[in-house]
Amino acid sequence: MDVIDPPPPAPQPPAPSPLGRLRLALWALVLIAAFGGGALYFASRQKPPGAADAYASAYGGSFAMTNQAGRTVTDKSLHGRPYAIFFGFTRCPDVCPTTLNRMAQLRKKLGADGDKFDIVFVSVDPEHDKREDIGRYVELFGTPIIGLTGTDAQIERIVKAFRIYYAKVPIEGGDYTIDHTASIFLIDREGSFVTTIDHQEGDDVAAEKLKRAITQA
Amino acid sequence: MNYPLMAIALAATAITPLAAQNARQGNIAIENPWSRQTAPGQGNGAGFMTIVNRGKAADRLLGGTSLAAARVEVHSMTMDGGVMRMRPVTGGLPIPAGGGVALKPGGYHIMLIGLKQPLAPGAQVPVTLRFENAGAIAVRLKVQPIGATGAEASHGRH
Ligand SMILES: [Cu+2]
Repeated sequence: MDVIDPPPPAPQPPAPSPLGRLRLALWALVLIAAFGGGALYFASRQKPPGAADAYASAYGGSFAMTNQAGRTVTDKSLHGRPYAIFFGFTRCPDVCPTTLNRMAQLRKKLGADGDKFDIVFVSVDPEHDKREDIGRYVELFGTPIIGLTGTDAQIERIVKAFRIYYAKVPIEGGDYTIDHTASIFLIDREGSFVTTIDHQEGDDVAAEKLKRAITQA
Repeated sequence: MNYPLMAIALAATAITPLAAQNARQGNIAIENPWSRQTAPGQGNGAGFMTIVNRGKAADRLLGGTSLAAARVEVHSMTMDGGVMRMRPVTGGLPIPAGGGVALKPGGYHIMLIGLKQPLAPGAQVPVTLRFENAGAIAVRLKVQPIGATGAEASHGRH
């Protein structure tokens, strides 16, 4: 066979415990009790409004993943710097490289501000993309990119947090492709959702949005 | 290809660093065939080009083969409510008479499935395309850096 052998599976950190979820649920109850309405509470925490901010609490949340170096990356560990997060898979031939390259170019376009945010790529293909694959892939874009993978449960969690649609679609030869949301989500340095960048938006609009994410909070 | 040495190199490896060229057979012409750099382990690549049909009858791109990949398929890529969907084109991609079809990022592409080695910028990937009427046409996809959006890789490299 000429097909490239997949690298050995990377060690995976344990999945989030049911206990952690229970604790989260309990906290939510406490908040609801204390403020008479959890939703109101979250809404009031959001930054000054823009069109997209009305649904600010709809994207993001707690997650724990593994980066290309094997270290754990969580929503908390990303705090302190704004980030642009995008979901895809390394075998995606078109929209993923286009989008990641776009982020790399936007970073250049922003000059000094370009270093003030992180670019995060989340693979939704844990079956194929081991952390080493993701590392070698993001390296090609010539700018630091945090590449993330995780267990199925960890990926489910981050995908839910960002309301990402993805679905494995079988193709000929036992292979598959993955339909997936192609928007870029911008998160500010405190972990709050700012806005999305869509693939058809011009670079000037995208750069303005990034600047907003950088200056916010 | 005038050089015997080149011929040997061609036979020896699936992917050779030769100059880009357009291809033509019968009424079908292939212009600026190119591909994107891939990372080791990525496994799949995409081919882009413009297919021109100078004839009076429509033709169809059915698929192809390549020494560089296990399989070659014709795929479409669409954005549907913010969701990217890639699908094999069933029944062949119509190439209208007296017209042409651009295979480009964000639209149709030739999918190289099961790459035998990563695609490095500057390399050329031999692909034989199969058309319903024009038959087999051999092309060489010139590999551009991963950030390329077209055959000449000008984007973002100023
Ligand atoms: Cu494809």
